[in-house]
Amino acid sequence: MLDKELRSMIGQVKDGRMDRRAFIQRMAAVGLTAPLANQILALGGVAMAQGASTYKPTKRGGGGALKLLWWQGPTLLNPHFATGTKDQDGARLFYEPLACWDPDGNMKLVLAAEIPSIQNGGLAADGKSVTWKLKPGVKWHDGTPFTADDVVFNWEYSKDPATSALTIATLREITVEKVDDLTVRILFNKPTPFWADAFVGAPNTIIPKHLFQDYKGSKSREAPTNLSPVGTGPYKFVEFKPGDLVRGVLNPDYHMPNRPYFDSVEMKGGGDAVSAARAVIQTGEYDFGWNIQVEDDVLLRLEKGGKGKTVYAVGGDTEFIALNFTDPNTEVDGERSSMKTKHPLFSDPAVRKALSLLIDRESVKKAIYGRAGRTTANFLNGPEKFVSKNTSWEFSIEKASKILDDAGWKPGADGIREKDGKKLKLLYQTAINGPRQKTQAIVKQACQKAGIDVELKSVVASVFFSSDVGNPDTYSKFYADMEMFQIPLSQPDPSQHMRRYLSTLVATKENKWQGTNFPRWVNKEYDATIQAADGEMDPVKRAALYIKANDLMYQDTVFIPVQHRLKVEAAANNLRPVVSGWANETDNLFDWYREE
Amino acid sequence: MSQYVLRRLLIAIPSLLGISLVLFVVLALAPGDPFGELATNPNVPPEVALALRAKFGLDDPIYLRYLHWLNAMLHGDWGFSFVSRMDVDTLILQRLPATLYVIGSAQILALLIAIPVGVYAATKPYSLFDQIANTLAFVGFSLPTFFTGILFILIFSVTLDWLPFVYTTDIKATGIRWVLEMIRQAIMPVAVLGLFQAASMTRFVRSAMLDVIRLDYVTTARAKGLGQAKVIIKHVMRNAMIPVVTLIALQMPAVFGGAIVTEQIFRIPGIGSLLISSILSNDTPVVMAVTFVFACLVVLFNLIADVLYGWLDPRISLR
Repeated sequence: MLDKELRSMIGQVKDGRMDRRAFIQRMAAVGLTAPLANQILALGGVAMAQGASTYKPTKRGGGGALKLLWWQGPTLLNPHFATGTKDQDGARLFYEPLACWDPDGNMKLVLAAEIPSIQNGGLAADGKSVTWKLKPGVKWHDGTPFTADDVVFNWEYSKDPATSALTIATLREITVEKVDDLTVRILFNKPTPFWADAFVGAPNTIIPKHLFQDYKGSKSREAPTNLSPVGTGPYKFVEFKPGDLVRGVLNPDYHMPNRPYFDSVEMKGGGDAVSAARAVIQTGEYDFGWNIQVEDDVLLRLEKGGKGKTVYAVGGDTEFIALNFTDPNTEVDGERSSMKTKHPLFSDPAVRKALSLLIDRESVKKAIYGRAGRTTANFLNGPEKFVSKNTSWEFSIEKASKILDDAGWKPGADGIREKDGKKLKLLYQTAINGPRQKTQAIVKQACQKAGIDVELKSVVASVFFSSDVGNPDTYSKFYADMEMFQIPLSQPDPSQHMRRYLSTLVATKENKWQGTNFPRWVNKEYDATIQAADGEMDPVKRAALYIKANDLMYQDTVFIPVQHRLKVEAAANNLRPVVSGWANETDNLFDWYREE
Repeated sequence: MSQYVLRRLLIAIPSLLGISLVLFVVLALAPGDPFGELATNPNVPPEVALALRAKFGLDDPIYLRYLHWLNAMLHGDWGFSFVSRMDVDTLILQRLPATLYVIGSAQILALLIAIPVGVYAATKPYSLFDQIANTLAFVGFSLPTFFTGILFILIFSVTLDWLPFVYTTDIKATGIRWVLEMIRQAIMPVAVLGLFQAASMTRFVRSAMLDVIRLDYVTTARAKGLGQAKVIIKHVMRNAMIPVVTLIALQMPAVFGGAIVTEQIFRIPGIGSLLISSILSNDTPVVMAVTFVFACLVVLFNLIADVLYGWLDPRISLR
């Protein structure tokens, strides 16, 4: 019923008999959200709505200097080498992608002339190719025209393993071909519902062919333009000191009207998040502070009578506790947490269920994350259209105790529950970071009340998150019963994020613990769901598949979500920054301005 | 004298070799790797991170990596930073001016305070001046720089709004205004570091002076009718300075270390903050180079101290 009605409505929008807003309202009436309605329009043949711009200035320049404070400054400016977001942020001041994401997760055009859709011939109906039309008249900062050759070159540059580009992961799976000077076609080897990965967003910006073509492959490190970028962006490069300073000035030939607003931009690096918050919010020395991971009560104090405020962006980052499905304390063939073992305590689903009742998400939010956190029962928390409404969470020591009682876990002489000679003692590890240690303490206390003994362990972040095979304390080895951290969702689509937990990707000694399924959870139904979603072109069905995948994790208690985390930034009171939970902070910089 | 200097120089070479070997092994055994950040990035498949490790030689045995490093070093190649993919020497040279400016100024400030105050306090022991100087010195070196740094920021930046607390290398001004801005932004870090140094140095100068001032030859000089100023400067200070030179020379590398904290607080793009960020990102070539520079500084300042001894007391260089 719904399907038929939808198609007829899409037809009406196409013919102009119904306007877009009315369509979205009617979609909302049947329980679908605006972004989902937009995407349905896109696949139904109507162009995806461009995120509405809030940009007000009516002329280019005149905004003075924009001073940005990044407490981890960029260390390199070639987007293909960027290891972290800080490097992408720095490179993004000068280089641009074909399109980027606005705060709602909608696509915003940058170097592309239009959003590919089935109607305009950009999207193939079988999902195996996408054709991008490029904006005419765009010039590199040195005056050379930007063409399809540049886009094709970026693919060739990156997919050569000798270049050691980190973008290889995105680009080696596809083929990029030039159709004409202002058209490129990307071919996928299988139907790809999320076609907006390559050349979209800050991690996938485009470098000029004419300055990099001699530095492809093993000579990639020698390119002088690695340190002095020549891009197409709103600002022209002036100066770069790794980890300390990046500076640019207004590009008078920028391809977007009335932009940029600021005459120059400066990104200062170094220091820590608290003092960055102070320099923006309290003293106003800087206009914008990046990634202010500070306890909320500190921020509230700084905001009193200060010159700035905090700004939040909703994305899909979830702080979670993962449960180990294998035994971390038994060694089989020289390997702990081996797939040949089963976790002695967690193999009883009652223990996992009880644990999820013992995580007091509301207290964690109140005591630690404040405005930057939302309680959730879901592992997948965004974009909105992929978020399950079938789940719920609760904190109840009584219920947890009852579940354990019913399952036969009786308190022993020392108050710790036991069954068949096995005691409920758990090792709970995480990376060193203030909020994480505080969360550990809150969880430990609740567990103690329910008769579970929790030993806390914290590992230096650089070790915990390293891919060092020789170290026993990495999150991927998972030599503990529970571990807590977050894996950022870097684009407004869950496909890559959810594929990590396929049973074929379990982290083992054999793959040097590089497998991404670290809880070592194996579920055939999950595998089938993710594989089905990977090739599903109907957006409604696809969203339903990811919701089902999330619910499967929820039913099995693979992850206990602690908090849906928002991005936190600091901005001067008169600055109008545009930040998106789905993009880097500098991705929408062309739309920033200052209210007089 | 020149033979003495040469002998000292020759001793320095095996020391540096030994230090570099120890540093290298410690760093190679330290956990973590420069591509750790890639591990949680869902866009980067693990095999890419593994390929990068192999490409940068992180999987080779330690002795091979050391020999490779040593060989490159002897040819003047300091290696390149894994994280910023640029040459380490460029990176260090870029950071050096800020460090030299701030640490140099702080050290000069410390000397300008410590020597006159210490000398004057020693000439009038247990006077009111001496007691005030002593108290302040005790307070000064009991307060760590990270505490005084934040205190200064809260007073002079946040409350009074007089001074900036973010040090920037690109001041948008020229001529005299540029100079004034450079001075203005350095006031707090230089004061924090300089006062801390001055405090301990004052105590040292004072006690070194007191040791000498009671010796017989000083009394003899006075008995001959020499003026107070002449006795103190020509007879007492010259001898009292030998231990003070030792202290200052051996403290120089430690000052670079102490400045790491100050650099971090005031966001000074110096060697110290380079070291910290490189350690955090496991950028081994940079950590190796910076720590090796520190080691060279220790050896160099030892050498300078030795030469200064020889000048202050010629008997030393004859042995």
